[in-house]
Amino acid sequence: MILTEDSIAKIKAKAVRYPRKKSAILPAWTVAYRQIGHVDEAIYKEISKVIGVPMVEIAEAATFYTMFPKKPRGKYLLQVCNNISCALRGSDSMITHLENKLDIKLGETTDDNQFSLIAVECLGACATAPMVQVNMEYHENLDATKLDKLIDDLKAKKD
Amino acid sequence: MHYSPVITNADIAAKDENLHLFQYVEDSKQCEIDTFVSRGGYKAWKKVLEGISREDLINTVKASGLRGRGGAGFPTGLKWSFVPKDSPKARYMVCNADESEPGTCKDRVLMERDPHAIIEGMAIGAYAIGCHLMFIYIRGEFDHCIDKMEAAMEEAYAKGHLGKNVYGSGYDLDMIVHTGGGAYICGEETALLNSIEGERGQSRMRPPFPAIEGLYASPTIVNNVESLAAVPHIINRGAEWYASIGTEKSKGSKLFSLSGHVNRPGNFEVPLGFNLKDMIYNPDYGGGMLGDVPLKGVIPGGASTPFLLPDMIDVALDYESLQEKDSMLGSGAIIVFNENTCIVWILKKLIHFFRHESCGKCTPCREGTAWLEQMINRIEAGQGEAGDLEKMEEVCGNILGRTICPLGDAAVMPIQSALRLYRDEWQYHIDHKKCMVKSNFEFK
Ligand SMILES: Cc1cc2nc3c(=O)[nH]c(=O)nc-3n(C[C@H](O)[C@H](O)[C@H](O)COP(=O)(O)O)c2cc1C
Ligand code: SF4
Ligand code: FES
Repeated sequence: MILTEDSIAKIKAKAVRYPRKKSAILPAWTVAYRQIGHVDEAIYKEISKVIGVPMVEIAEAATFYTMFPKKPRGKYLLQVCNNISCALRGSDSMITHLENKLDIKLGETTDDNQFSLIAVECLGACATAPMVQVNMEYHENLDATKLDKLIDDLKAKKD
Repeated sequence: MHYSPVITNADIAAKDENLHLFQYVEDSKQCEIDTFVSRGGYKAWKKVLEGISREDLINTVKASGLRGRGGAGFPTGLKWSFVPKDSPKARYMVCNADESEPGTCKDRVLMERDPHAIIEGMAIGAYAIGCHLMFIYIRGEFDHCIDKMEAAMEEAYAKGHLGKNVYGSGYDLDMIVHTGGGAYICGEETALLNSIEGERGQSRMRPPFPAIEGLYASPTIVNNVESLAAVPHIINRGAEWYASIGTEKSKGSKLFSLSGHVNRPGNFEVPLGFNLKDMIYNPDYGGGMLGDVPLKGVIPGGASTPFLLPDMIDVALDYESLQEKDSMLGSGAIIVFNENTCIVWILKKLIHFFRHESCGKCTPCREGTAWLEQMINRIEAGQGEAGDLEKMEEVCGNILGRTICPLGDAAVMPIQSALRLYRDEWQYHIDHKKCMVKSNFEFK
């Protein structure tokens, strides 16, 4: 199993509360995503066993939801909101700044597999724009100094 | 735990009798149940269970004039009354915390900073329709809100505000925190219900309306976070008090998310009818235009609402006044942009969003948004041709009112309004193959 005992317990605890089993698909993905950083077929299979919903039904629903990467990304997934409120506050040039700093283009991953950079739609941080979500964590009210520090700190982090 | 650094007007709300949603949002202790209770929290829920009938409760909310804060502005009490009284089926109350309309970031503040207020409002709404299992649907990206709401829910169970036989009243009430997967359309109530059922988040045909046949084919009410958070205050202080706030037809207070080119972007609670110009320029709110660059326009109610020109902003922020200006209050997301912004560039961002978020179920929306995006991108890239604007208008006309859910209309309304209000600039773009002004917003 890829899912840890802890994740399985969490999924089960959530699943039993729903009137119908299938409802647990999204919460199960959320738990899996928090643990693994992506959700692919191998995970669907495990989830299928844990919540007792046929694999095909899980895979069917999965094609619709864009939040969970379907394959492994860099260790840090940088999700820059490039919708209107953020764009008015410079998110286009923030993306260029990140592309230059990481030496990758939007949609790419650094060679050392540390950073992936993507643009996403509004994340509900419009009044604290521009912003980036790193994996699950929000970083808001960014300027070049703060952003550089954020990236440098992540680079320096060892674990 | 992460806490949004957003500016609020909690200081003003704390001093103003009539403001109630933001009173405590700058105090991190408000998340803790003991603090919440010591400030009158769960009092309304107790009062309801101790002897307010469902009819009286619904009538009180009707009399308060509260209207849905999720975008459509439908009267909350009236919506509750649509749930059949004699249905043998289970009923469900669902709080919509999908918050994905670009520009909107208000529900997040309530979830982060006053989660029990939402639970209390949900509980009262649940009781009003005879529901024993209620849901909050939180967009998946709001990781920190999900944690906050789950923690608050656990506390509420532990202290007996939820669960079996609440306050010894014989009423059972359970709650589930459900999480989304990154799809704007799941904020639309029928798509949201599909998403809770573990299906693809596509909208359903109506009728049947959710109040008759919603979640698990049972009577269901979907309400926005902010709508529900107002309910306990209405119970505590009375419908008359609530109805005395705001304007003749738009009652109560409303949260506005102010973003874009202002000095102080933030979330602000004000009585409905507050002046938009004041919101932008008053030092207690927007604090004026960023860098003193003059205003070019405002989107007053989230990305799907029609534009306002600078000479239209001396307007009351309420449902009727904005409608008179051919726009909408929507979710209360005010997006402000200055003269350095190209209108075609704005629409390029917006149509990209709507095309990306179309659930694909109906052809006019799926195909229409794709065409519109292509055309707008072409014009933006300096490859526009004579006749393009008319063609866009035609495509818009073929989407409007011909789709299963309102996303199609939402995509079209800002385009139609931009074509009307900023016609010269579109024409300039086509004639000169370039922007009139380049939207080049620095990041430094
Ligand atoms: C495309 C689309 C997206 C929506 N997104 C949201 C949302 O994020 N939050 C919300 O409360 N309502 C949203 N709505 C409105 C809901 O369908 C529904 O009207 C609302 O949740 C009802 O609550 P209220 O009556 O309290 O406003 C959306 C509607 C559409 C058509
Ligand atoms: S209007 Fe668009 S989003 Fe709504 S049901 Fe049709 S295709 Fe889906
Ligand atoms: S527009 Fe970027 S967070 Fe809303």
